[in-house]
Amino acid sequence: MAIGKLGAPPVVGQPPNTLLTRPTWTEGLFSWLTTVDHKRLGILYLVTSFIFFGLGSIEALLIRLQLAIPDNTLLSPDFYNQMFTMHGVTMVFLAIMPMGIGLANYFVPLQIGARDLAFPRLNAFGYWVYFVGGLFIYTSLFLGGAPDVGWVAYAPLTSLSNNPGLGTDFYMIGLFVSGIGTLVTAMNLIVTVINMRAPGMTMMRVPMFTWMMLITSFLIIFAFPPLTVALFQVMMDRTFDTLFYVPAAGAMPILWQHLFWIFGHPEVYIIILPAFGVISEVIPTFSRKPLFGYPVIILSGIFIGFMGFAVWTHHMFTTGLGPVVNTAFALTSMVIGIPTGIKVFNWLGTIWGGKVRLTTSMLYAIAFLVTFTVGGITGIMLAVPPFTAQAHDTYFVVAHFHFVMGGGALLAFISGLYYWFPKITGKLLDERLGKLTFWIMVPSFWLIFFPQHFAGLMGMPRRTQTFVPGIGLEIWNLLSTVGALIMGVGLILFVLNIILGFVRGKPAGNDPWDARTLEWSTTSPPPYYDFDRQPVVNDRDAHWVQKYPESVHGERVPESASEPYDRGGAHIPGQSWYPFVAALALLPFSYGWLYDNMWVVGISMLVVTVATYAWALEGVGGKHIPVGDALDADTERGEGGRS
Amino acid sequence: MSAHTAASVDHTASHGTYKSTNLPDIKLMMWVFLASDIMFFGTLLGTYLVYRNRSLTGPFPTDVLDIPLTTVSTFVLLMSSFLMVLALHSLRQDDIFKFRLWTFGVAFFGAIFLGFQIYEFIHFVDLGLTLQGNLFGTTFYVLTGTHGVHVAIGILWLLSIFVHSFVKPWTSKDEVYLEVAGLYWHFVDLVWIVIFTVVYLVEFI
Repeated sequence: MAIGKLGAPPVVGQPPNTLLTRPTWTEGLFSWLTTVDHKRLGILYLVTSFIFFGLGSIEALLIRLQLAIPDNTLLSPDFYNQMFTMHGVTMVFLAIMPMGIGLANYFVPLQIGARDLAFPRLNAFGYWVYFVGGLFIYTSLFLGGAPDVGWVAYAPLTSLSNNPGLGTDFYMIGLFVSGIGTLVTAMNLIVTVINMRAPGMTMMRVPMFTWMMLITSFLIIFAFPPLTVALFQVMMDRTFDTLFYVPAAGAMPILWQHLFWIFGHPEVYIIILPAFGVISEVIPTFSRKPLFGYPVIILSGIFIGFMGFAVWTHHMFTTGLGPVVNTAFALTSMVIGIPTGIKVFNWLGTIWGGKVRLTTSMLYAIAFLVTFTVGGITGIMLAVPPFTAQAHDTYFVVAHFHFVMGGGALLAFISGLYYWFPKITGKLLDERLGKLTFWIMVPSFWLIFFPQHFAGLMGMPRRTQTFVPGIGLEIWNLLSTVGALIMGVGLILFVLNIILGFVRGKPAGNDPWDARTLEWSTTSPPPYYDFDRQPVVNDRDAHWVQKYPESVHGERVPESASEPYDRGGAHIPGQSWYPFVAALALLPFSYGWLYDNMWVVGISMLVVTVATYAWALEGVGGKHIPVGDALDADTERGEGGRS
Repeated sequence: MSAHTAASVDHTASHGTYKSTNLPDIKLMMWVFLASDIMFFGTLLGTYLVYRNRSLTGPFPTDVLDIPLTTVSTFVLLMSSFLMVLALHSLRQDDIFKFRLWTFGVAFFGAIFLGFQIYEFIHFVDLGLTLQGNLFGTTFYVLTGTHGVHVAIGILWLLSIFVHSFVKPWTSKDEVYLEVAGLYWHFVDLVWIVIFTVVYLVEFI
């Protein structure tokens, strides 16, 4: 198992595994189930999120095939409803957002010079809960039908009388459970960035990807509770006949829209801010310049984070909240465009005058700038309430958010994947195949979504299974479908390139891009303890300063500043079964709730409780790493990484 | 890989790890969790307020809420926070007997509060206020029930500390573990003050 060895601790013999002794498997399935290593969990996040991305893409392709020609009967209306709902849920919750979290898992500790997250076992728990939640939602396809209420699941469409099937329960419970995973991981990342930075790494020296993940994590901890509560309320209505969204009892179903979008708008930034972070790493590296306006980008990010909670009603302009509310939220929605624009200009300023290398990663970053900006401009259009009155729930909106989510976040994450793949695997991806894929993916992306602006402006509603011929919609839809098919080819080539890279990629070396941040100062792939010595940071772009001290200060950094800090050695956290056990118990918990079997729910909660106690009481375990001389004497280490 | 780099030893994780803020991770974690928990209660309380006075049928808040009774249970919960301070102070002084005593006291007072709440729920149901009866019932039970679950988890936590202090004697070096439980307990107490004000007292102004 080639991946199984990535960053694996060396074998030191298998001590007996009793209940409260930490497991020590280093290879095979059990080593992955018990791992707490942020790099392995990062890989798990990335692989899982790309599998979900593949499923979401298949759903998208089915939607496009249905809409290729008017009056098509390929998909039944009911199945079409399931497909667009699952497509939205998958892409937002199970694919794009975990991609950012996966990259963060792998690279936040490396970028700040730490050896793991603050709470490694909690990190494992977060991953497995996300995995369990996603698995649970997808089993709905075999258990009576997937959710079919749209990814926003507006009340009272979700009430038991309006939607008696299990699909809605799968949506509510699945997102409830996977949301717990997202929450704890975000809390973990916040504590990690605040408290685990290497000596000398002040907040104004923290790499931009880590900064953006910090802001993202704050958005998660404030945005997910309203969603969780709203999901819980709907499930209470469906399971215990409460009245949260029952209009006949005086309830106001619009409350769901408010709660959903108080979560949902920050969610947009939860997805895009990590992408901003990736772009802020890729562009400086391939322009050989420091990031232009570093403090301003941070402040813009913080401002976006705050304002992200003050714009939710722009999703509800057509619900009749009145001109005062609409005006206020139109203004805040336009204001939030300003910091985003500032960032785009900062990235342009970074490229300006730089020695630009057009690697595949950089190409995707540039494509991001263009595509995302177009999506941002249609966003400003949609911030105008009278315009939204016309465009609401049409394909114009679909085009807009695919330009920012797909053309923004996805292109940025692919850029990041090309950028960091050599660090994760120690091998280079094929640049020729990469560029070929790029020239298939990005134009086909535009071919899918640019025509949708016109279809939308001509009045084509979203979430509708078909359209009639003769009203001018045929050509735009056909172009979209052709684009989707081409993009499917591009995605297959992308996956092929990743597999080829694993199998026969050329050795990458530690620092193939001549990059700037600390993750490039260790081997590729990094050892399980990340760094021989905890780095001591003297400046922003810490690795660049290590490599080219003269270019930054005109003189060498004093030797004393790089004294090793961790003379006493470092402790590498031990593996554990209990995060996995606690997360897995949420699967019967979910099915118990789904089928109204409170015994199963109770027993599952008991398992979670017992696992929590075992978690608290199991031994420390782990490994002690002597640093410095002992490691320097280790002859197996060197350029090109370890096998 | 040679064996000397990977000696598996059982020791605490404290040494060799540099903390940027000099604060324990676990304490920061509790603050971050509480920040998030504010949004949970905020949403539940928001729902309660949005649906306030919208119930179509009774019983209405003023028909069932009993201010003197709930004032007593609120006072008990407030006093439990006072005991929490004493428990932490005693542990810092290495006065293990008092630390155990006060920690148990916090859990005991919490249990009294929970007993009041269970009595209140049963009594309200007798008066006709049910989870499914009207919007007041729905929002009231889910809001105060969520708070009750927080109190119950806190009690379980404090009793676990109490028992653990016999299994593996605690000293002032372990104070952060009690302090974190204390942060949680004070927060749950604080949330109750808000609920008591907004749900109970406001109705009788």
